[in-house]
Amino acid sequence: MATAISFENVSKVFETKGKRFEALRDVNLTVERGDIFGIVGYSGAGKSTLLRTVNALERPTSGRVLVDDREISSLTGRELYAARQRIGMIFQQFNLLKSRTVYKNIAYPLKLAGLPDAEVLDRVEELLDFVGLADKALAYPSQLSGGQKQRVGIARALATRPDILISDEATSALDPQTTGEVLELLQRVNSEYGVTILLVTHEIDVIRQIADRVAVMDAGEVVEHGTVYDVFSAPKNPTSRRFVSSVLHHIPSNEALDHIRAVHHGRLVQLHVEDRDSNHPFLSRVARAHDIDFNVVYGGVNELQGRLFGSLTVELLGDDLAVENAVAELRATTTVADLDAAVVREPIHA
Amino acid sequence: MRDFDPDAFFPRFVDALGETALMVVVSFAASAVLGILLGLVLYASRPGNMLQNRVVFAVLNAIINTIRPVPFLIIAIALIPLTRLVFGTGLGPLAATLPLVLVASVAIARVSESNLVAVDPGSVEAGAAMGASPARVLFTIVVPEALGPLTLGLTYILVALVDATAVAGVIGAGGLGDLAMRYGYARFDTTTVVIVVITLVLLVQLAQWLGNLTARKVMH
Repeated sequence: MATAISFENVSKVFETKGKRFEALRDVNLTVERGDIFGIVGYSGAGKSTLLRTVNALERPTSGRVLVDDREISSLTGRELYAARQRIGMIFQQFNLLKSRTVYKNIAYPLKLAGLPDAEVLDRVEELLDFVGLADKALAYPSQLSGGQKQRVGIARALATRPDILISDEATSALDPQTTGEVLELLQRVNSEYGVTILLVTHEIDVIRQIADRVAVMDAGEVVEHGTVYDVFSAPKNPTSRRFVSSVLHHIPSNEALDHIRAVHHGRLVQLHVEDRDSNHPFLSRVARAHDIDFNVVYGGVNELQGRLFGSLTVELLGDDLAVENAVAELRATTTVADLDAAVVREPIHA
Repeated sequence: MRDFDPDAFFPRFVDALGETALMVVVSFAASAVLGILLGLVLYASRPGNMLQNRVVFAVLNAIINTIRPVPFLIIAIALIPLTRLVFGTGLGPLAATLPLVLVASVAIARVSESNLVAVDPGSVEAGAAMGASPARVLFTIVVPEALGPLTLGLTYILVALVDATAVAGVIGAGGLGDLAMRYGYARFDTTTVVIVVITLVLLVQLAQWLGNLTARKVMH
């Protein structure tokens, strides 16, 4: 697959009144064409700054940002304006022009591109149909709901048939129901028009719902990136783990663990489970072979992109040596993390 | 108290009304264009904005701050040599438009600036993201988005201009204010004063009504 966007050693330093703030630290990422790529992080992690370097609303202090193999961070004037017309952008607060009707909002980028009026009319009607707002052409933004405003935002961003759509927290001001609708629309934008989408969000659930790949940012750095399945099923970084555990509940929190330990004094281990190619009942067989008992005390299995993954927290009861041998045998079948001695819980590696 | 003479009053009244209208309309039109342009320069050159330029902003800011506190009468008198140069005379309603335009322009510059600054930066950013040049953003996004409050701000200046034309009477501009002062106040002709004042009030009401109407039309 060809590369749509690549960040090469991108750093950004803001300096105001002698105070230095490193918003981005040596970010390297590649977004493939046709992907939905999500960047997740807490407020101030630098994700919006990174997104805004894609259309040069923000310029890196050092490093390069390539869009369709052109260095956008070095363009100025007309070249930059032309390049920006090839990149659609949607915003958390929609940023529609309040003095213009829905029709004129969507027509704005087309007029910028110098399209004749007749073609503008056709294109706007087509877009209004696509986002399901054909009856709102003459409404003003103030007469629309949040979800409708974002639909207009999406139609406007797509007007000039860009190859790339960047989204800055586009669903963060919407309720869950509307968020779902807007995400479905973005998915259609991706599948029907083949538009590459780079989205920034602090809602990990947005990533889970539509992204193919994800990058986790913390303090200006990309701390982890990969396919959504890989990062969700086996988050390696503490920030990633916190995000993932906020939506996937198969790993017990520290509070839950304390609660469990109050009753379960045996050895606690966490077993990784995922799609399997046989129905071999390894847990009960291992228990029987070593003459030990087990309690499943916590766990869950999730489905993501058509694949299953999860974890079971299991209490093993029996002779110390037998338990030790059982754990060794379990390790041959799946990933096992010990929860006993560990004050800080070990991540589970797939 | 002097007797009110309708036959002498009405021709004078009609002339004065015409002179006031001329002064207000001409100086308002000229200062609206000039003032809004100055406001746009202030807005665009403001630190942090699209065409930020500390020097331009500081110089313009200083000039405006220098002109604004000077009483209109002093400006009107100080500019007499200039009006003579431009119009060949320091007298009459047209000559008075020069100082009126000067004070109204700087006032409109400030009114515009504050209304432009209030435009949602998100709209400006959306324009930039769509590939609009700074000038394009300024004229097709910032100005239309600010038009509602801008109209009300301009109405305020329009009303202030009606008031300033009365003062301009002192330097021989004529107009309703001059009529009220010279024929009414100076000659103890209360009727003249009352008629002129009522006319001014009605003019102001009309101006405000028009302003509100326009603002309602451009705001959504």
